[in-house]
This record gives sequence, C-alpha cells and structure tokens, in this order.
Amino acid sequence: MQKNYFLAKLSGLLILSTILVLLGTLLGSTGANWNALGPDQTILFDIRLPRSLGAYLAGALLGLAGGIAQSLFRNPLADPYLLGSASGALLGVGSILCFAYLGNSWLEIIGLNGGAFLGALIGVLASLLLAGGYRSSLRLLLSGVVISVILGAANSLFTFIRPDLFQSIQSFMLGNTTLMNWSGVAIMAIALFLCLAITSIISPVLDALSLGENTARTLGLPLDQLRLVFIGILALATGCAVAQTGLVAFVGLAAPHLVRKLSGGRQRVQLIFSCLGGGILLLGSDLIARTLFAPLEIPVGIVTAVLGGLYLLVLLKRTSFGGRS
Amino acid sequence: MKTHQLSIYRGPCAILTDLNLNIPQGQWTSIIGPNGAGKSSLLQAMAGLLRHTGSLSLEGVELSTMTRKALAKKMAWLDQQGASSPEEFGDSLSVYDTVMLGRLPYQGWLHLPSEADHISVEKVLQQTDAWHLRYRPLQQLSGGERQRVLLARLLAVDSDILLMDEPLANLDPPHQADFLKWQGNLLAQGKTLVTVLHEIHFALRADHLIMLNKGRLHFQGSSQDPRTHQALIELFDGRIRLEKLGNDWVAIPS
Repeated sequence: MQKNYFLAKLSGLLILSTILVLLGTLLGSTGANWNALGPDQTILFDIRLPRSLGAYLAGALLGLAGGIAQSLFRNPLADPYLLGSASGALLGVGSILCFAYLGNSWLEIIGLNGGAFLGALIGVLASLLLAGGYRSSLRLLLSGVVISVILGAANSLFTFIRPDLFQSIQSFMLGNTTLMNWSGVAIMAIALFLCLAITSIISPVLDALSLGENTARTLGLPLDQLRLVFIGILALATGCAVAQTGLVAFVGLAAPHLVRKLSGGRQRVQLIFSCLGGGILLLGSDLIARTLFAPLEIPVGIVTAVLGGLYLLVLLKRTSFGGRS
Repeated sequence: MKTHQLSIYRGPCAILTDLNLNIPQGQWTSIIGPNGAGKSSLLQAMAGLLRHTGSLSLEGVELSTMTRKALAKKMAWLDQQGASSPEEFGDSLSVYDTVMLGRLPYQGWLHLPSEADHISVEKVLQQTDAWHLRYRPLQQLSGGERQRVLLARLLAVDSDILLMDEPLANLDPPHQADFLKWQGNLLAQGKTLVTVLHEIHFALRADHLIMLNKGRLHFQGSSQDPRTHQALIELFDGRIRLEKLGNDWVAIPS
C-alpha cells in the first residue's frame, strides 16, 4: 500500500515536472508558441528546451545537495552552499574574469563554468582541510563558515581591484539560466544520474543517523567512509549546478522542506523527492522570471529567494521545529 | 565478555585505566559509579565505539579483529533516551522503518529487506506491544511508546548481547516498571544484558555489578553479596545506606 502511494506521489511530481518543461519550451517573451514544428524550431530546441531542462536539472542537483546537507548534518537550515562551495565558485568565476586579459590558454580552456566548478570543489576541500577531516559535523560546518568568509573577502578584493567586473560577478551571484546549452544539460544530467544512484544505495546510513551516531555505528555501517562519500556527492552536485546557473538562492534550502511531508521520513524517498522538488522550484521560478515583466527578464535567483523564503515563512508558522511554546 | 588491562585515553588523559572485568553470559550486569567515573566510556568501548588499549574479547575472540557486520550481529546498542530522539523537523521515520534499521547488519546495500527481516520486525513489535504503532512517525510518540519502539529496534538485531546506556533515564515510574519487565523477558531468553544506570536501586536488581570510580575498577561482584553492598556504600563515601524493601534492595541518601 505504501509503495503505491510512493508511486502516485512520484508520478505526480514527474507529471508536474514534464508540464513545466513543456511550458518552459513553448512560452516565449511574446506569449506561447504551440506550433513546435513551425519556423521557430531553432528557438524552441536550441534555446528554450536546453534552458528549461538545464534549469530543471540544476534545481534537481541543488535539491539533492540540500537534502543531503540537511540529513547529514541533522540541521533543517543546512543548505548546499554551507561548506564553502558558493564562495569558492564565486572566487573561481572572479579569478577567471579578473585574469582573462592575460590571454592565458588554460584560463580559456577552463572557462567561467569550469572556474565555478573548480572553485566550488576547492572551497569544500579547504573546509575539509580546516576541519581536520570529516568526522565532526560541527567542526566541518564551522570550517565552511570560515572558508566562506575568507573566500568572500578574496572575491571582494577582485571587485575592488577591478570594479568593471562587479556587474558580471553580481549576475553570477543572482543566478542565470539564459546561457544554458546542450553540453551544460548533458553534464548536469550525467552528474545527477551518478549522484542520485549512489545516494539511493547508501541512503540507509542517513536513516540510521536519525537514531544517533552511536546507534548508526553499531549497526555495522562504515559511517566515516560513507560520510565522506556524501560530502563528495554534495560537492559534485553543487559544483555542477553552480557552474551552469550561478548561485541560485534558496533552492537547496527550500526544496527538501517542500517535499518533506510527502516522503514519510525515509531518506531514499526524501532525497529523490528533493531532487524533483528542486527542479520544479527552479524551473517554475525561471518561468516566472521570464514572463512576469516580459519582455524584460529578472534574475531567477530573486524569484527563488522570494518563493522559497515565503514558503519557509509559512512552514515556520505551521511548525514548532521542536521549540517550546 | 572479558577485558584485560583495558584502558581508554582521550588525548593524554586516561578515562579508564587497567580494567580486568568478566561479564557473565546470560545475566544482567550493571555498571555504576559517580559522575565522570567512565561508565558510558566502558560501555562504548564494549560496543566497539571507542578505541582502547589492552584486551577486550568476546567468546575468546578479540573485538578489534571482528568485522563491523559480525560485531553488529553479536552486540546491539541502545542509546540514552535523549540521544535517540529524532530531531523534530518533520522527517521522522515510521515506527516500522525505525525497527527495520535493526536489520541493517543482515542486509546488503543493493537488497531490499527480505521476508525474514519483515517477520523479525513484526515479531519484535508484537513482543514490545508496539505493533499497533507501526505506521506512526517516531517523533509523534510519547516517551514510553518511543522507548518501546527503540527497544524493539534493539531486539530486531537479534544479538546475544544487549548494551544499554541509561535505558531508564527520562521514563516515568510506570514505564520504568514496564522496561524492567521486558528486561526480565530478555534474560529468560538467555540474552546477556549490560546497562549503565544512575539509579542505584535499579542497578541493584541486576545479577552482577561493576563499580567504577575515577576510571578505575572499585569492585565487581554479585548484587546480592554483602561485600558488594559494602563496596557500594564506600563508592559513594558512605553517603548512602542500603535497605531491603520486600525482595529488592533500595539505596537511601544518608
């Protein structure tokens, strides 16, 4: 009976996802175009479809990373950017932009997307190094905060030295899906498949952790090694999404909460639904960003922040979060 | 289970020093001592959760040579009630899924729970009177119900040795009585119980007492032995006295 409910909920989320992708492909700045085989095929299949799929996949990656962060650190306010990945990605983009005038071939090969990805990974690695490993969640979280501040300061230095870069960096910080292409979609699809497959296999660890670390260890689980695998997945998923769309706010934080009531507590289901919820939230926000003041577009990060923030406020009103009243 | 010259260090500080203990099989052993005596550390070492020096063996096999899964099947662990409470942000597992976690040592990564796992979970939920709660989220249960479910999770491991860290903490007297009744059932099944207890009168119901003080063994022996009672009074600097109430001994502050 429970399995059927799971399938029903999964089908519902997948149908909603498909509708949003179709809408994203057909809706343009001048309204809907229902004739997909008409003269605007290039716009539909080379611009709007990869943009819709890309926004969806980036949201799914952030939703998955947010779900992992919240379960791994047992903190409902944890988000994928906690471990220094956001400030690292920002610094990566800042570095590429700042030194692009040198004409170095390596910088051209890496590009902005590669810079963001490498920066995100370096940010997470620096947090791990500063924390002296991955065994203490609290040390790791605090190290993430410290690394974020340090890398953020370095990035501010770039904009101080090169004020002309401010707008580009600001655009990256607000999130952007307009330049999505098929290669970006393919990279994110592969990353999502890998991350989701591994996460689904090892997710019982997160279930066991809900009973306390000692209990989880006495169930024969290689907790330390699997925690490192989760951190690796978190870094990969965040890095891939940020590299393609910039720092989209709130998706990783809000998506797991959006679907929490549907999952019934099982982490495997929760993480799959977080993925779908993240995709729906980011693609839905992208549609609003494109159409609300069409033909003018607003940055998608502003819409996700407003939508995600409003939802969390509603959730806060309805839930005690363990507080005593 | 036996220990020889067992010591545990946290950094340069010794938490436990040179413990030579014998935990009798099929009996209830209770570890007691003042705050900071090293009771929980000893229990954690027995569960393979803390690194130690010296020997800690189970049926003649050194614990450190056993694989994680083998150890998990031999010994089950029940955390303190507070430590086992799920964080309250709405993602609590159902009672059934919580108890199924006890079957993890028997499951492969790519396998769903087997028929035997489901039968085992149903059996322990019936045994602890919690079968009717199986679809409820753990966090929505009362303290007593939750403790029953966590006990079921412990039993689902189907191990011979059960290690419990302050299982009676945060339980009201009727639920403490229930818990003691289940402990009696487990002993009747031939299980070996090792508990850390703050409540001396409950500890005195155990078959065997291990008294720790400042990381060292103060005394070990049968809970009915007058020498054990004398050692217990000395452990608390003569600030308690023991009196018999019916069939049970009770400790009264003096």
